Parts: sequence; structure tokens; C-alpha cells
Amino acid sequence: MRYLPLTDTDRQDMLSVIGASSVDDLFVDVPAEARLPGKIAGLPDHASELAVERHMAALARKNLSAGEAPFFLGAGAYRHHVPASVDHLIQRGEFLTAYTPYQPEIAQGTLQVLFEFQTQVARLLGCDVANASMYDGSTACWEAIGMARRITKRGKAILSSGLHPHYVSVANTMAKFTGDVLVHEAPTLEAVTDIDALIAGIDKDTSCVVVQYPDILGRIADLTPLADAAHAAGALLVAVVTEPVALGAIKAPGHMGADIVVGEGQSIGVGLQFGGPYLGLFACKQKYVRQMPGRLCGETVDAAGKRGFVLTLSTREQHIRREKATSNICTNSGLCALAFSIHMTLLGEKGLRELAVLNHGLTVQAADRLAKVPGVTLLNDSFFNEFTLILSKDAREVVRNLADKGLLGGVSLGRLFPDAPEIGNGLVVAVTETVTAEDIEAFAKALEEELA
Amino acid sequence: MTMLKEGRPTAPQALNEADTTPATATGNRALMLEEALIFEIGSTETTGVDFAEAPKVVSRLGNLARTDGIGLPGLSEQETVRHYTRLSRQNYAIDLGLFPLGSCTMKHNPRLNEKVARMPGFADLHPLAPQSTVQGALAVIHELAAWLVTLTGMHSVAMSPKAGAHGELCGLLAIRAALEARGDARSVILVPESAHGTNPATAAFCGYKVEDIPATPDGRVDLEALKARLGPDVAAVMITNPNTCGLFERDMKTISDAVHAAGAFVYCDGANFNAIVGRVRPGDLGVDAMHINLHKTFSTPHGGGGPGSGPVVLSEALAPFAPLPFVEKQGDKFVLVEEETAEDHHGQTFGRMVAFHGQMGMFTRALTYILSHGADGLRQVATDAVLNANYILRSLDDVLDAPFGGSGPCMHEALFSDKGLAEGFTTLDIAKGLIDEGFHPMTMYFPLVVHGAMLVEPTETESKAALDQFILALRSLAERAKAGDEALKGAPYFAPRRRLDETLAARKPVLTWTEPELAEAAE
Repeated sequence: MRYLPLTDTDRQDMLSVIGASSVDDLFVDVPAEARLPGKIAGLPDHASELAVERHMAALARKNLSAGEAPFFLGAGAYRHHVPASVDHLIQRGEFLTAYTPYQPEIAQGTLQVLFEFQTQVARLLGCDVANASMYDGSTACWEAIGMARRITKRGKAILSSGLHPHYVSVANTMAKFTGDVLVHEAPTLEAVTDIDALIAGIDKDTSCVVVQYPDILGRIADLTPLADAAHAAGALLVAVVTEPVALGAIKAPGHMGADIVVGEGQSIGVGLQFGGPYLGLFACKQKYVRQMPGRLCGETVDAAGKRGFVLTLSTREQHIRREKATSNICTNSGLCALAFSIHMTLLGEKGLRELAVLNHGLTVQAADRLAKVPGVTLLNDSFFNEFTLILSKDAREVVRNLADKGLLGGVSLGRLFPDAPEIGNGLVVAVTETVTAEDIEAFAKALEEELA
Repeated sequence: MTMLKEGRPTAPQALNEADTTPATATGNRALMLEEALIFEIGSTETTGVDFAEAPKVVSRLGNLARTDGIGLPGLSEQETVRHYTRLSRQNYAIDLGLFPLGSCTMKHNPRLNEKVARMPGFADLHPLAPQSTVQGALAVIHELAAWLVTLTGMHSVAMSPKAGAHGELCGLLAIRAALEARGDARSVILVPESAHGTNPATAAFCGYKVEDIPATPDGRVDLEALKARLGPDVAAVMITNPNTCGLFERDMKTISDAVHAAGAFVYCDGANFNAIVGRVRPGDLGVDAMHINLHKTFSTPHGGGGPGSGPVVLSEALAPFAPLPFVEKQGDKFVLVEEETAEDHHGQTFGRMVAFHGQMGMFTRALTYILSHGADGLRQVATDAVLNANYILRSLDDVLDAPFGGSGPCMHEALFSDKGLAEGFTTLDIAKGLIDEGFHPMTMYFPLVVHGAMLVEPTETESKAALDQFILALRSLAERAKAGDEALKGAPYFAPRRRLDETLAARKPVLTWTEPELAEAAE
């Protein structure tokens, strides 16, 4: 029991200080019928580090990891190269094993990182302010809808058909209990986004329009007309970014009039990790800062006049406001925010732009190559590092068959939108800097065989 | 002074007072290094990453190319490593010493957990990869779920909630869905005064009216008051057990029976499961839903504020309403049940709470920890956690007021109050004094039911020597605060910063960096 330092002698000495004859005496307040007499039956006993590592490694080997195959999956989670120093630095015990910085005098490391992170996120998304992170993109998206309701005092949100379906599901779940009305339809396979339809749908009851950029099919549209239409009706524009690397190449939503910009920060620094932990990004205009959910770090001075950082505006939060809080969120994604911030610092603006250009260049090559495969049509006119192919048959089956051949070839729309069989032939394909020319060729060949 | 013949002194001169705090030109003090912001030391022309040359293509960005300066400074790799290493040294952490934050359970984070989570078979796995390629990952979720169900004596578990408060949300949504399914609209949730702030916040978020339940003088839920309040409008009672005063709710089973008899459900805040794992099963106490903070009881790292992970164990009555997705074993295959496949046998689900499937990176760590301890080790975890807390309680209750110390042993945390401190001295002074003594302060001013609360949770991963050192420090501080030692009000003296001005931060919020010339122009 290598994590338990007390010896039996220690335990006896401590019991005598306490004045108890056995440890069981310390559990007297547990009703006798609920006290377990010994260890729970049917479970294994403690195991050596070696034995546990063997067990877990055997399970890990049963998976086909992204690095082992030509890999083209995206749809809200992207595989980027993370520099070695990022993982080294986040494993510094002073970061890894610290708690929420409630005692700022001995948490300036975490706090300064959060202040830098907030600034990086705000600038990347084109907003005035950002918070210190949320759980992930999907929960950040729902929190933005709730924030728009508080600001506009209206209860109807219009969700773009291009919004990630899991984000829509999360919002639908929450709305059932809060009474918000959500308007949403599944996407159709067209080259243009649904911006015109969204504009037409805005009315005096609309709290916000939620639009993903680039959207779930990879399409990119100027959000400015949508922002103008929303504002003219007294509604807000919420933009969702699931691939922040894109913002090294395309305009920031905040600069096109979005009032709240949320996102999934996973693709910078965090890694795939089978879906979590991820990193919710949350930014908005300065005038809405007091309606924001989540933690905020702010600059101040100490008693000696030195610059320092503290958690601030906590009167919005549950531990102070209890049932009147802006959100029930407590824990955020601190360590993922650190990873994001370190990776972003390594990149800098220069590196981010290079990374974005490289992603886009490879993606253009892949899209053109795959579009030449018989039975394949490229849906998109515009895209960053992800696009949608329309296949000559159901894409779910194609994806499964490709996997059997050791190739991870995109995400089928059938899996993302099981209730919309009319778009079942769609396949969402992502291409990052980790994809090689050989991978693209292998994918094209395999697709050709599959569709023949 | 002893000198080598070349003139280099080899032994120090005797100190005088003025020597102790000379200013330095840099503001650095030997190993205590000041570190500027990346916006002050970096440049948008610098990068620490090299990329292959991009293919020359005609861009298809929809005429939306970003042309503005983004304002993201870069650092070379060496500067990056140094920046974050320097910042890390301004943090206190469990790796440095005892971190007695009551209710937060800061226990040792085994490094095997980190190693396992980073195995490519787990870390480099896409959440939407075909199920045939992620059987090992689904097996991890299934295996961890089985442990959690068995350890709690419950019916099933929802794995996807992202953190404790998200788990609370999951539990209450399941309760609300169950009530709606039987056509029983109820509007009130009862929450004890001593509850975590997330409890009332979550209840309100789900559209419920929150009402307080009073506590008895011995720090527990007032059973008679609770029974009197139960009625057809009460949907659920949220109880933390062991509670935030560090006490086991003796009447838990009676409470559950009364709540069930009134047609309501019992939500248990499992933040303090650490105290009873392997010794008590919440399922035996009538609990309907309870979240488990994997980052507390099961040792996944707190990382300066997350990520957490909050699976929720459910009773048979609530299981049909559990969120999507979840993992099932069908024959020798593991299946991820999501929207596409749920209709056949999980049609009552209240829906999805999160994109993808939850905190996989925390599942691998927690399962690694659980397998390391096993059934016998986990029971010892609770035993030692409770033993350590009682040792602290009884080693200090002669100098610090222990409001519930008379009512018997505590569980995993010892609660003290500020009663008896000299006029003008507060819990904050003791907390800041602990910083100078080399410890992280305890949880302060929580729970709200005790004036100037100091909630000390040592956890089971502290040695007796570490506890004795902590007791020595806290005893000394208690004596100084009772004696009115004014110097204590200036603490901390030796931390990277003195006390920080939180009022200024909130009154004029500065939440992002602005270049000084722009900041000046704005004023």
C-alpha cells in the first residue's frame, strides 16, 4: 500500500492521543447496520505498480491510436502535434498538484498563467474579455445561451443547423429543465451555410442566434450580416469555434460582431484523450462581463505595492451567491488551460499563422485528391482544415470498413445525425499538420476500393 | 573571517539586522524569481515551433482571411520552459507539503496514474473513432463503472459528468425526469445550511426553489425539522454525507426513509466519499443519486483548478433516466450506447450532458489508483483519512475551539472556529500565518454554520511526521492569535506576494493585458 505512509506503530500512537482503542471507534456515528465488517467482497486486493501498469497497458493495446493509422477524424476534436515541452511543463508538480488558487500569495504561478490565458483567448477570439475556462466547448455553448437569456430577458435561442450535434443535444437537455425554447434543424448538404435562414428566423423573442464557425460541415461564412440582424432585433450573436487553430487563418468572430464567443480549446495543447478532459473557451464583450459564468482572474497589487493576480468578481459565483449564482460551475479546466497557454506561447502569432497555413494547404490538397475518387463529391466551396464529402453510399458503413483496414477515415454524418438519414452519405474529413501525403494517398485508394 | 589565500571568503560573517533584507536591482531574491508576463517578454515575431513548409495552394477560406495583428506573443522553446518553470515555483502544491483544504481532499497524486493516462492507446484516441478501434478504452470506462457501483452499493453509474457540480446537475436532472415521468411536478429542493455552494446553485439551475434545512446544535441535519417540511411539493433533499462539518449524518437512513415515504428522492453530495470508501456504502443508506469527485477520492490531480470528473451513481429508480452516452458489455464486446442506438432500450434518458463521453483522461487515472489500492487498500484509505483528522482534532482542541468536538469523533476533516482569538484577530490571520510556516492554509470561512470556520482535511497520504509538523505550526499560530501578536496581521512575510488587494481587483477589474501605451491612451 505504497500511497499510505502510516505504520501500525503510528496508528497505535495516534489512537492513544485521540483516546480511542481502535479505528472502528472512530466510525461510531455510522449506524451499525451500515458499517461494513471488512473489505468489500468480490473485488481484487491491492496490486504492485508493475501489475497495474501491465493491466492498463494491455487495455491500451486494444485500441487503434491515431498515431498508428492514417487519421482523418475531426468533428469537434482535432489531432495536432503538441510540442514535448508542453507535457513536460504541465507535469511540474507545482502546477499539476496545486488546487484552485484560493490563497493568491502562494498561487501566483497559476494565477499569472490564467491572466495570460484569458488575454490569449480574448485576442484569438476577437473579444474584450475571456474567463479562466469551462469544462468543454459543449457546456460553454450552453452557458452562453443561458447568459444571453439573462442579458436579453428573452427565452428563445436559434441554433444553426451547422452547430455540432452534441452541442445541440447538450443545449436541448438543459433547455428541457430551464424552459428555454430552442429552434434547430439538421443540416442539409449544400455548399452555403444556413445564415440567410437564421436571419429570417430572428424575431422579438429571440435571445440569441448560435452559429458555429467553421461549421460542422467545415463551411465558413461571414458572420457580420447575422450579427447585424441579431442586434437590430435586440438579440445577441453567440459564435462557437471548435477548431481554434482556424483563427490563425480566418477572421475572429468577435471582429464580425459576435457578442459572446465560446469554443473548444482542445486542439491547442490538450490532445485527443478520447473526448476529455477538454477545455471550454468563453469570451465576450466587456459590457457583459458581470453576467459571465466561471472563474475570472484579475490584476491587483499586494500590500507592498507589487503587481499580483487574484480570482475576482466572485460575487457571480456559487460559493458566494449560492442559488443566485450565474452558473453552478466550480471546478474548471485549469490544467488544460495551462497546456493551451503554453502551446500558444510556443507558437506565438508567427507559429500559429504558420500552423494554420500548413493545415489549410494540406487540406486543400486532400480535398482535391479525394474529390477525384469516383463516387465522391466535395460539398464545400469554403473550408479551413475540415470538409464534407458526399459519398455514393452510406458513410457509416464506409468508415467501419476503412477501420477494419487500419485507416481512420473521417466521421460519418450518420453517426453525428442519426435522425437525418437523408444526409447519411456525408463524411466529415479533417486534415491537420499530422497528415502526410502518403496518408492522403492511402485514404484515396482505400475510398476508391470501398466505393467501387 | 576565514580566507583562502586568493582572497575568497570561505565562511560567512556574523549577520547583523540590516543584512537580512537588502533590495536587489532586479526584484529577484535568489531562488525567488520575479517573472514578467509573456506580453512583456515575448514578441509576435518569435516562435518556439518549427513547421514543414506549407504546400502552395489557392486558399479557400471564403474571402475571410485574418489580416489584423492578433497580438499573440511567442517565446523560443528555452524561454518558454523557463517562463513556466519560474511561474511554477510561485505555487504551493501537494508535492511540496501538506495541503489541508477541508472538503477539497488534496491527497497525493501517484505518478503511475500520469504515466498510464499518457499511453498512446488512451491519450491519442479520437472520441468518435469507430467502436471496433476503441474496445480497450470502452473497457476502461466499463471496469471503472463496475468499481464505482460496487464500492457505493448502487444500481448503476452515469460516467459523463465533467466535475462534481456537473454531477450534481446530472443527479437532479435524473430526479426531475423521474418525477415528470410519473406526472408529479414538484418545485422545492431542501438543502442544509452547511451544504457546498454548488448544491443550491445546481438546484436553482434546474428550476427548483431552494429551501434551507436547519442544523442541530451538534452540527447535523435537524431530522424533526426536515420531516416537518416534507410534503408533496418537495422533489428532493440534497445532503452531504459525511457533512461539511466533518461529521457523519447518523440519521441518514431514517432521513432517506422519510424522504422516500414523502415521494421525494435523496441526493447525496459525495465530495467527502474519501472518508467512508470501503467502510460504508451509500446504497445501504437509501441514497438515490450521488456524485463522486474522481479528483478527490480517487486521486486524480486538481491541476490548479481542474479538470475534475464527477460520475454519478444512481439507484434503480433513477437508472432509466441516466444521460447518454454509456458503455454496455454485449457478449465479449463493449458498446457505446449513444443517440443512434439508445431508442431500443434506454428511451427514458434525460439526454446528453456533454459532447463525447466524459473525462477519459481522469477515468484512466482513477482506475489505475483503484487497482493499486484494491478493496483492502481503499478501506485503509478511509480508515487512515479519518484517523489523521481525529489526530489533528485532538492534538489542537486545547488551543483552538472545536465547535463539535464534544459530540464524538470527526470523520475525514476537523473543524475549528475563531472563538477565543484575541480581539481583532481572525481566521484569515491564522491562514496567512500558515503560509509563512510552509503550509497551505486550511479551508477558511466554510462551512457557513460556524463563525470563522477553519476546516482541516489532512487526507490519508500524510505521514505522522508531517502531521506533527503541521500541528506544531497551527498550535503556535493559535497561541499567537490568542495572545494578540500584531505581527501575525502582516502575514505572509515570506511568500512571493504579501496579502493581495481583492477589493481593488473587483472594483476596477483588469482581466486582460493591455499594452501600456494603449492603457494610457484609454485613460
